[in-house]
Amino acid sequence: MKKWQCIVCGFIYDEAVGIPEDGIRAGTRWQDIPADWACPDCGVAKADFEMVELAA
Amino acid sequence: MSHIVILGTGLAGYTLAREIRKRNRDVTLTLITHDDGVFYSKPMLSTAQATGKTAQTLRNTEVAAMREELAAEILTHTQVIAIDRDGKRLQLADGQSRPYDKLVLAVGAQPIRVPLQGDAAESVLSVNNLEDYARFEARLAGVKRVALLGAGLIGCEFANDLIKSGRQVDVFDLAPQPLGRLLPEAAAHHLREALAAAGVRFHLGESISAVERAPAGLALTTTQCDTLEADLVLSAVGLRSDTTLAAQAGLAVNRGIVVNEYLQTDDESIYALGDCAEVCGAVLPYVMPIMNGARVLAANLLGEPQALKYPPMPVLVKTSLCPVVVCPPPAAGGWQEEVSDTGVLSRHHNAAGQLDGFALVGAATAQRAALLKEMQG
Repeated sequence: MKKWQCIVCGFIYDEAVGIPEDGIRAGTRWQDIPADWACPDCGVAKADFEMVELAA
Repeated sequence: MSHIVILGTGLAGYTLAREIRKRNRDVTLTLITHDDGVFYSKPMLSTAQATGKTAQTLRNTEVAAMREELAAEILTHTQVIAIDRDGKRLQLADGQSRPYDKLVLAVGAQPIRVPLQGDAAESVLSVNNLEDYARFEARLAGVKRVALLGAGLIGCEFANDLIKSGRQVDVFDLAPQPLGRLLPEAAAHHLREALAAAGVRFHLGESISAVERAPAGLALTTTQCDTLEADLVLSAVGLRSDTTLAAQAGLAVNRGIVVNEYLQTDDESIYALGDCAEVCGAVLPYVMPIMNGARVLAANLLGEPQALKYPPMPVLVKTSLCPVVVCPPPAAGGWQEEVSDTGVLSRHHNAAGQLDGFALVGAATAQRAALLKEMQG
């Protein structure tokens, strides 16, 4: 499980936790998140995301 | 093909440049900045202590890599002193000038400074960019006691960050509650209690009138004539759009540079985006309006006009001790607040009874997605 950070706003997506309230189950890998998903904090589209891979 | 020039390489300037390049790789693009042009995340400045980031590690992408990514010319350490609208040229401080076909002002905002008395008034810092943060970080080394002026979004985030990094934190604001412009009463009360429980001392209805040097640190005098010692004072009382260049050029300015729903000023070749812009009457110095604005403006600059229509845009306050999400309603007052031990869920409805804003504090922030869905109908 990895963590990814949005370089625009600092939002961290933790694959282990997911975003259950957004319909993304715990354990969902970054590559499996739908393409039309957007950063819940700043609205950057997934396609525009420049995630920084954080050490797990 | 026209030559687009963007003044400013903050989040607005760089986001716009990225959006332009997604649509078009050929248009000539120049960005001009008075700083070194590094790309960094501004929202991370007020959470850096607790997340272990430094002014150095916050440097996300250096200017050389930005030039390559954006296929753009980026002029750093360059001051633009005037806009020649008839000749469509920018006058630079070094005596040179630069042409543009379309100009975007993404020059941001300046921290508001409250007038202070005392021989150490000049030592009061503000943090509005990475350079400011580097100065703050250098001064913070070894410091135990920090006084914050302002309990707005930035003030609360810094209070959260500094208390978590083990410092003594005193927060002053003339308003009766933190986040006075964003939160209804019960929501603000919950945030205040949560930060106070972590050790933050709020001095509400009170500000600082003087800062003087003391044998060990600084002596502050409050507007209630109390005294308090601190080692460092950080001012976060708000931002004022930078309209200087626009006003000198005769463009319409109000609280910000006045633009329409196409982000266009009253000069059809000049646009504004971000903290400097007043879009259809509103200055919204947050991340989401920049993201939405940049997409539309890129299309407009490339000759595919689109009017900006904001979706509901929640504002996040990164107070990790007590998270806050606010979707400000169009009108003040009339909140319905549900208070529990773990948080506050505040709803705002319009005259037709539809949800048109919300404020979530603490555990209630988990309801954000559901409430956004309800607002979008």
